[in-house]
Amino acid sequence: MSSNFNTLKSVIAAAVAGALFGAGLAVSEMMNPKRVIGFLDFAGDWDPSLAFVMAFAVAVAFIGYRFGRRRSRPFLDDTFHLPDPKGITPRLIAGAALFGIGWGLAGLCPGPAIASLITADGDFIAFALAMLVGIAVHLVVDRLAS
Amino acid sequence: MDAFIPVSASIGGILIGLSALVFFWAFGRVVGISGMVAGALTGDAMLLRLVFLGGLLAGAAGIYVFLGRPTAIVAQVEMPWIIIAGLLVGFGARLGGGCTSGHGVCGLSRLSLRSLVATVVFFGVAVLTVYVTRHVIQL
Repeated sequence: MSSNFNTLKSVIAAAVAGALFGAGLAVSEMMNPKRVIGFLDFAGDWDPSLAFVMAFAVAVAFIGYRFGRRRSRPFLDDTFHLPDPKGITPRLIAGAALFGIGWGLAGLCPGPAIASLITADGDFIAFALAMLVGIAVHLVVDRLAS
Repeated sequence: MDAFIPVSASIGGILIGLSALVFFWAFGRVVGISGMVAGALTGDAMLLRLVFLGGLLAGAAGIYVFLGRPTAIVAQVEMPWIIIAGLLVGFGARLGGGCTSGHGVCGLSRLSLRSLVATVVFFGVAVLTVYVTRHVIQL
């Protein structure tokens, strides 16, 4: 980890990035599970909004990665920390499938699950806690397996 | 159903893309929310991740209040399904190495084949799940 990691600049950049993400979820209404299920429900009244969110997010991020990688290092860290290419493994497929079942059931994925906590609604708190337990279970299983 | 909102959806998508851009330019990391939460639990770049998640809550709350709470946000399934869904989302996202943001937004924009496969699988399974729970067994 970089020595300037704890500087005010890093905190501001992380807060700005987080706020942009949360604002994006709120503006696009993707923190509303009804919208997400509306997209996933091809047999119902299909709502294509989610596709627009994804398309524009991918387009902007694509430009970000293209130009960001031209530098030798990020602005506030010593090196890039990109995920290692692990190939297409059974874990990847099984994880994505389990995730897809949960996402389809509730219409909530991790970003919206956290953003929806601003409603202070018991159902969303329950979902977020369960998600946290799921993440913690994976951490434990992963550690025991390695 | 809610009306299709192409303009808001596009603006929201641009904001999410900018979030990924800022985080990558600043820290050289991808924005994956499930990874962000897992990292906040285990310690790798813990402060950064906690600040990001705090910013996410503040950004969502700011816009929601600014727009005058445009829609009532309510859960779409009841207990115990909401708990089961939460467990599957958390565990599945970590097992598969990412969620809608990590594989979907960041992975696709990095042209990762692995992320493309994950995204196709979770979208396909979610569409099937919605079909079964909304049209076949009416959960």
